[in-house]
Amino acid sequence: MADRQTPQLELSGITKAYPGTLANDNVDLTVLPGEIHALLGENGAGKSTLVKIIYGVVKADAGEMRWLGDRVTVNNPSEARALGIGMVFQHFNLFETLTVAENISLGLDEPHDIKTLSGEIITISERYGLPLNPARHVHALSVAERQRVEIIRCLVQNPKLLIMDEPTSVLTPQEVDSLFGTLRQLSKEGCSILYISHKLDEIQSLCDAATVLRMGKVTARCTPARETPRSLAEMMIGSALPTCKRASRAGKSETVFSLNGLSMVSSDPHGTDLKDITLELGRGEIVAIAGVTGNGQKEFLCALNGEQATADARMIEMLGEPIGKLGPKDRRMRGMAFVPEERLGRGAVPEMSLAMNALLTGYLRNLVRRGFTRTGHIRSFARDIREAFKVKAPDIDVEAKSLSGGNLQKFIIGREIMLDPKVLVLGFPTWGVDVGAAAAIHQAIIDLAARGTAILIVSEDLDELFEICDRIAVIAEGRLSPSKSTRTTNIEEVGMWMSGAFETGGHAHAS
Amino acid sequence: MDGIDTAVAIAAGTMRAGTPLVLAALGELITEKSGVLNLGIEGMMLVGAVSGFIVTVLTGSVYLGVCAAIIAGMLMSLIFGVLTLSMMTNQVASGLALTIFGVGLSAFMGINYVGTPIAGLKPIAIPVLSDVPVIGPVLFNQDLLVYASYLLFFAIAWFLYRTRWGLILRAVGETHDAAHAIGHPVILIRYLAVMFGGAMAGLSGAYLSLVYTPQWAENMSAGRGWIALALVVFATWRPGRVLLGAYLFGGITILSLHVQALGYNVSSHLIATLPYLATIVVLVIISRDITKIKLNAPASLGRPFHPTL
Amino acid sequence: MRLKLEPRPVASKWMGYASPLIAAGLTVIAAFILFGALGKNPLLALYTFAIQPLTSLYGLAELAIKATPLVLCALGLSVGFRGNVWNIGAEGQLTVGAICGGGVALWAFGNEGWWLLPAMIVAGALGGMAYGAIPAVLKNRFNANEILTSLMLTYVSIQFLGYLVTGPWRDPEGFNFPQTRLFDTEYGSLPILLEGTRLHAGVFLAVAAVIVIWVLMSRTFTGFQIEVGGQAPHAAAYAGYSQKRVVLLSFLIGGGLAGLAGLSEVAGSIGQLQPVISPGYGFAAIIVAFLGRLHPLGVLFASLLMSLMYIGGESLQMNLNLPLAVTGVFQGLLLFFVLGSDVLIRYRITLGSGRREAQV
Repeated sequence: MADRQTPQLELSGITKAYPGTLANDNVDLTVLPGEIHALLGENGAGKSTLVKIIYGVVKADAGEMRWLGDRVTVNNPSEARALGIGMVFQHFNLFETLTVAENISLGLDEPHDIKTLSGEIITISERYGLPLNPARHVHALSVAERQRVEIIRCLVQNPKLLIMDEPTSVLTPQEVDSLFGTLRQLSKEGCSILYISHKLDEIQSLCDAATVLRMGKVTARCTPARETPRSLAEMMIGSALPTCKRASRAGKSETVFSLNGLSMVSSDPHGTDLKDITLELGRGEIVAIAGVTGNGQKEFLCALNGEQATADARMIEMLGEPIGKLGPKDRRMRGMAFVPEERLGRGAVPEMSLAMNALLTGYLRNLVRRGFTRTGHIRSFARDIREAFKVKAPDIDVEAKSLSGGNLQKFIIGREIMLDPKVLVLGFPTWGVDVGAAAAIHQAIIDLAARGTAILIVSEDLDELFEICDRIAVIAEGRLSPSKSTRTTNIEEVGMWMSGAFETGGHAHAS
Repeated sequence: MDGIDTAVAIAAGTMRAGTPLVLAALGELITEKSGVLNLGIEGMMLVGAVSGFIVTVLTGSVYLGVCAAIIAGMLMSLIFGVLTLSMMTNQVASGLALTIFGVGLSAFMGINYVGTPIAGLKPIAIPVLSDVPVIGPVLFNQDLLVYASYLLFFAIAWFLYRTRWGLILRAVGETHDAAHAIGHPVILIRYLAVMFGGAMAGLSGAYLSLVYTPQWAENMSAGRGWIALALVVFATWRPGRVLLGAYLFGGITILSLHVQALGYNVSSHLIATLPYLATIVVLVIISRDITKIKLNAPASLGRPFHPTL
Repeated sequence: MRLKLEPRPVASKWMGYASPLIAAGLTVIAAFILFGALGKNPLLALYTFAIQPLTSLYGLAELAIKATPLVLCALGLSVGFRGNVWNIGAEGQLTVGAICGGGVALWAFGNEGWWLLPAMIVAGALGGMAYGAIPAVLKNRFNANEILTSLMLTYVSIQFLGYLVTGPWRDPEGFNFPQTRLFDTEYGSLPILLEGTRLHAGVFLAVAAVIVIWVLMSRTFTGFQIEVGGQAPHAAAYAGYSQKRVVLLSFLIGGGLAGLAGLSEVAGSIGQLQPVISPGYGFAAIIVAFLGRLHPLGVLFASLLMSLMYIGGESLQMNLNLPLAVTGVFQGLLLFFVLGSDVLIRYRITLGSGRREAQV
């Protein structure tokens, strides 16, 4: 790469404040033509805000942007597209009830007709190895296919800069490889790529240059290939990545919780049905359910929590008792606890105080007597959670939504752990959580298992699952793979399973 | 022969009784397709009806009256738009407020016009078409607003499913965050949709006070605005079914009038409950299929949108 | 430079109290303008509307009388609104309460006894509850929108009352007027509390209801569950709270209290059944519930204000020859202003061109 090249994109002094936080603080960023440039940072570092500013979704409070050397202002996404900027968001901006072609059409600014567009979509999809049928409805697509819609939506407009916001969190390892192939091809053709991620290995294998953000500020610029994961982690979080300690477990323990051919029709017409899921959980065991989001995790968690009853009560058994037809309250009375995938609005009521949120699922403790709530008990329970799990909150009267993602998650998980469960189910426990909080959460889970609780974690973060779990299984299109000990399997095998390549039905219990 | 004449009269009456529902419900359909639930139809209709009536009395022109009704309906919906779209108030509460305000305001405006006689719109037979037996007198020997409702129906169906702006409207109603992120002006589109709904409700009110009755009486819409809301659900947000449902209700209204004419001795009070009971029955039948409702209802319906800027 | 709304990090407690006052203030300003536009002296009109009715004991009693059904209806609605259950059929439940309570009085004609009034009260409450249960069951069983069904049932109940008073329950000695016999004054009416006024014992029902609903919403687990169901339905489902129970409970409470309101009207102020027994209390109660910020004490104060609007409207009509419909206009405006100023609890207005300087 020539040294004197005019940058494709140059940002200087970008600042953006939200009430209570400074999302971007005087950020500079330079992306050269054809360069794959990493924007590295942990959750909440301000990466998403920065790219939304580039794409014109969010307005910066201060700073300037240059495009091929010329000063530009981008007031909305269509101006960004006119410049030649395309963006694939982390949360897809797709419309389920519309077709692929209609979805792509909605992201274009010039007039066009759907038929010609469909032809173009097919051409591009073949050229870049992104197979896609323009006439299909989005709700029928897998997550990887949905991402292709987003990518093709950008490519149709011949972008000079493609922004990808955490694109691999929804892909299997094999799909990641093929995405990287596409991105390298684009870069060879001269398209710059701004690649946002917190995954160090990906950045090292893919990116030419990196800018590192921490708490809204640029902390480093580097060439990833010349760094080590450890040095990158230090730039990103200011210290080495924390690891947690887990005593190795001996042998098989008594079964506490079992799923026996669990099948269920999704209540969401666009959802995934569960098909014949079989799994056993031993005392003190931590079992992982990996898989790409949208493969039935939502329904699986609903079924475990009891929000939707099973057809046959014996499909779910706890300590030998069929509980498939019991609701959440009855399951909790038998010693289940549950951390849902959504923090605000499900795991916690956003506009209620932490104290009231302690009561939300803490009601089976001594917080209610003869139908009346006991304020003193509720408050001391909330205080205990806050202290035991180091939740950073000024007091227990603040609204749940005022806490950061990591702190609120510590509170929710803390609440469930304090209920002293025999079985704890967690959905995506560290999603969107900062590294420090994630480590604390992992340690809390491990400690709970050491006290004998059987734990089931549903997550898409393979690194996390391999780090803390004893056994791993994969959910794909509503079916569950056999489970294997995390010591006898590896990311490649699990990746194969994630694409649905496994035999089901066995009570395979390899360890 | 007599039987056929009666049937044709009933069918033609059905069209007229159904037309205000067609107009109001099609307007609400567009509003809801953009993701906004406006419960204020009843209020907008009443203010439209009284404004149209007053302007007609003052100017002697029914057409000016119709225009006034449309503008009045739009202004009413604009209040709702400012509250819910710019100030992000609860849509249900704001819609109720609009109805309460509209009931009060229309009563206040029309206080000196109760019982004033006017010459309403008269039917205009469309040459040739109106001579077709049965269909002719039913469909093509009506007043201008009935014809306008036909045109509006086709225009709306075409707009929603055949135009780019219709596509954008549906997209905004489905996932406003996504529409915003790819650069569509969510709030502006919703304002336009809300105001179109208001204009249609105003027009619907004008039909009541200038054509159907034609006179002004307090609360003369008698729940038709609410029935129109139910019709949108009944139609699972599809224009064709709105039409069907509206004429079905028109038919029930007309038939209940004929019950007494046929000499059955039933209290007029009890007969008057029929359209309301029918609305409940219809709602129950359609809503019980939750999946169907979920698949067809605009996914963002009733949810406030606040872009993070 | 333009006004922009910016979310507050924490909801403003202060604005929670201030916003109803701001709304009331804005309504007064609007009234001022409206009176002026109608060619009346605004100060005199405002005095006639808002002050004069309160200058006599009789006027104060009237204030309490009209506030009674408003408190009862609005309390029930506020419970539902907190749980995101939209019962807007209080007017209908009020009507059915009146029909049931009044029906008992008519049925007992000639055999009255001390038991009659309690029986009427129970019948009124039960009637309202049963009528309220219909939309709840339709919602829980068939997913039918409760806003529409409860409202349709209101139209039905009013027509049904019309049928009764013109048909089977018409007073046989009433010269064909559409009304029933008068209830027994000794056993079938709520006793008058204050000599020389019409103030009746119905106010006790209202005060008792305020206390009960206050305890329910602030001290019981059921109240908490209703609140969670309204604010975060997914959280309620996750924690195992039944939203169907919230729907049914809200409608039973709302219907029961509205039924009591209806009974209190016919057994207190009116003394018989007639085609119109409420000038729209059930709808005005929606405004009262929001103006009172869905809090029982707030509802109490808001009811008094709304009651003043009714009496003030009558006073304007009598003294300044202004149409009674003015009240309806003010009611609508008041609700707009309430909803509008409530925004300031969660958002603040910033004057901004992107920068963040002046903050209110």
